[in-house]
Amino acid sequence: MNIHIKNGRLIDPRNNLDAQLDVFIIDQYIAAIGNAPAGFKAAEVIDATGLIVCPGLIDLAARLREPGFEYMATLESEMDAAVAGGITSLACPPDTDPPLDEPGLVEMLKHRAKNLHQARLYPVAALTTGLMGKELTEMAELVDAGCVAFSQADAPLTDTRVLYRAMQYAATFGYSVWLRPQDSYLSKDGVAHDGEVATRCGLPAIPVCAETIALSTMLMLAKETGVKLHICRVSSAAGVEMIRTARQQGLAVSCDVSMNHVHLSEMDIGFFDPNCRLTPPLRSLRDKAALRAGLLDGTIDAICSNHAPVDEDAKQLPFAEAESGATGLELLLPLLLKWAEQDKVSLAGALSRVTAQPAQILGLDAGHLSVGALADVCVFDPEKYWKVEASALKSQGKNTPFTGHEVQGRVRYTLVDGKIVYAN
Amino acid sequence: MKNPQLNKHGELQHLLTTEGLPVRIMRDILDRAAGFLDLDEGREIKKVPLLHGKSVFNVFFENSTRTRTTFEIAAKRLSADVVNLNIGSSSTSKGETLLDTVDNLCAMHADMFVVRHSQSGAAHLIARHVAPEIHVINAGDGRHAHPTQALLDMFTIRHYKKEFHNLRVAIVGDVLHSRVARSQIHALTTLGVPEVRVIAPKTLLPTMVENLGVQVYHDMAKGLKDVDVVLMLRLQNERMQGAALPSGQEYFKNYGLTEEKLAYARPDAIVMHPGPMNRGIEIDSRVADGLQSVILSQVTFGIAVRMAVMSTLAGSNK
Repeated sequence: MNIHIKNGRLIDPRNNLDAQLDVFIIDQYIAAIGNAPAGFKAAEVIDATGLIVCPGLIDLAARLREPGFEYMATLESEMDAAVAGGITSLACPPDTDPPLDEPGLVEMLKHRAKNLHQARLYPVAALTTGLMGKELTEMAELVDAGCVAFSQADAPLTDTRVLYRAMQYAATFGYSVWLRPQDSYLSKDGVAHDGEVATRCGLPAIPVCAETIALSTMLMLAKETGVKLHICRVSSAAGVEMIRTARQQGLAVSCDVSMNHVHLSEMDIGFFDPNCRLTPPLRSLRDKAALRAGLLDGTIDAICSNHAPVDEDAKQLPFAEAESGATGLELLLPLLLKWAEQDKVSLAGALSRVTAQPAQILGLDAGHLSVGALADVCVFDPEKYWKVEASALKSQGKNTPFTGHEVQGRVRYTLVDGKIVYAN
Repeated sequence: MKNPQLNKHGELQHLLTTEGLPVRIMRDILDRAAGFLDLDEGREIKKVPLLHGKSVFNVFFENSTRTRTTFEIAAKRLSADVVNLNIGSSSTSKGETLLDTVDNLCAMHADMFVVRHSQSGAAHLIARHVAPEIHVINAGDGRHAHPTQALLDMFTIRHYKKEFHNLRVAIVGDVLHSRVARSQIHALTTLGVPEVRVIAPKTLLPTMVENLGVQVYHDMAKGLKDVDVVLMLRLQNERMQGAALPSGQEYFKNYGLTEEKLAYARPDAIVMHPGPMNRGIEIDSRVADGLQSVILSQVTFGIAVRMAVMSTLAGSNK
C-alpha cells in the first residue's frame, strides 16, 4: 500500500535530518523523502501537520512476560502497548519461565509475535542454561533461531570462569553479550539504594559497590576476550565513570540506562511507594545527575523503557515484598521528550537514543528513514498532554512511578513494514 | 508530599513513625500520658471510659509478648474491647495477603489497628488502605519504626531529666537493624535534644546515619563521655551469621555496657533498654539491675503512653 505522510516535521537522527519533509512509502519501504516519486499515488494520506515524523522507536529492554508469566502480561497486550508507544522494534530479556535458553522457545516467541503484525521482536537469549550461570547455551543455534544477543537478565553469574568462557565463546562468533552489573553477594536481600532513604526507611540496601565490582569484572573480561559487551541499566555515578574510562582506553563497550533512572531517584520512594521498587534500585540525586551527564557526553548510548509489567496484587505489599518492576512501553517517548526539554537536548539528539543508537547496539539496519529502508515510522504530537493512569495504558501492567503525572507527547500513528499498526 | 499520619485538620490520624510527627502532637501525647499516671500515690493507672464501645485489634504478624501485652492493658484501661491476633509468619504461607487479612478485620468492625510486621513500611501500607475512620498504630515495622517505644522512652527521659534542651543522649548498639533507634533519633531531635550520638561498629550502622542528625562514635569511652542518657539496643543473635560481628563475647568487650564504661557518662546518667535484654551481650547485669537503670520504669510508663496515643487517635475528627 502506498502511504503519503505529509506536512510533518521529519526528524531522522542518523541522516541528520530535521526539516519539514513529506515521506512516501511504497509497500513496506521508504520510497522517497521530500518529493513524491514519479507516478506515486497515495492509497492513504496521513496529515502530519504539527506532528513529528521519526523512525519507529527501538527499545532495548521490554519484558513481555511470555512464556510463563501470562498473569502479569501477554504478548498481545504488550505488543499493543509497544505500538501505542511508537515502538516498532524491541528486545526482550531471557528471564521468562522457562528462560529463553533453547531455539524452540525463541522460534515460538518470534512466530507468535510475527503473527500479531505489530512491533518486531528481537529476543535476547540466555547466556547460560536456565540462567543458572553454570553451562553455556547453544549460542549458534539460538542465533539461527533469531536471537540478537546473550544475557543473564537479572540472574547472577557468580562463577567468573563461566563468565570468562561465555565471553570467549561469544567472541569467537562475534556475538554480543549484554550484562547488568550487580554483585550477587553485595546485593543479597537488598531492595533500595544504600543511601539516605534506605537508612531512614529501614530498607535492606544495595550499595553502589555491588554495581562497580561486577562492572569491573565485566570490563576486565571484555578486554581480555574481545567480546562485544553491552552494559545494561547502569545506575550509579561510579558505574558511568568506569564505562567512560574504559571507552577512553579504547574498549568497545556500549551502555544503556532505564528511563526511570533518568527521571527518578531514591527520594521518590517517599513513604514506601511500591511503584518505585525497581531493578536496579533508584539511586541518589547525585547518581541521577551523573547518568544524565553520561547521556550528554555519549558514555551512555541508549535509553530503554526497562518495561516490566507486574500484576496489581504483587505491588500491594510492603515495599521489600512487592514485585520489582514498572510498565514503561507507553512512557518511553514522553519521558524522552521530558529529558530533552530539561537538559536542553535537541529533539534529534534525544530521538537518536531510542532509534539509531539502539539499532547499532542490536546490529540492525533500522532506526532511520533512508530511502529504501523498511518503513518503521512513528508519528507523534509533541505538544499533546496526557495523564498517566491505568485507563490510558494498553499494557496489562498498570504500575508505574509516574502514575498521576501529566506527560507531554502522544503517539498518533505507528507504522511497521509500511503498514499502519496503530492510529490514535 | 502529604504527611500520611495527619488528617486534614492537622490532627493525628495514624501513628506510624516519629519522623515528621509535629512537636506539639508529641508533647500532647507525653502530657496526656502523665495525666494517666497517678504517680504521687503510686497506684495503678485508673480505668477511664475514653474508648468505650471501640474495638482495638492487636494484629501481630511478628511475635511479641511485652509490646502486645502493654497495648492490650492500655486498651482495656481505656475501656475498649480488645482482640488479639498473633498471626505470626504463617498467614502468608496460607496464601492470605496482608491487606486481605486487614480487610477481614475491618469487616469485623475494627476501630483501631495495632500492627506489628517484619517488613518496613507495612504500617504505612495498611494506613493507606483502610477506611478514613479507622486508625492504625505502628507497633514496629521491620527496621523502620517503633514510634510508641520511642515515645515511652521520651516520656521516661522527661520524667527523670525534666527537659530535653540540655541533654546529651547516646544510642548504643545495632542501629542498622533497629526500628527503635530510628524512632528514638527522630523523637529526640524533634523534641530539641541538642546532641544525639550513636555508638556502634561500622557493620551495625546504616549508610549516612549522620544525616539523621546524629554524631557517630565507634568507641564507648568517647561516645559515653558526659552523656545524660544511655539508650541501649538489643543485639539480635543472628547478627553473627551475617558476618556483622565475630562473637557475642567480643561485642560485649567493646560495646557491652558495664559499670566501668558507664562511669564515662555523667554520674546521674540514666540507662534505658527497650527489652528484651541480652545480659552479658549488650549489657552487664550489674548495670541492668543497678541504680542508674530505669528499664522497668520504661515498661510501666509504656502503658500510660500507649493509652495516650490511643485516646489521642480516638479523639481526632474524621
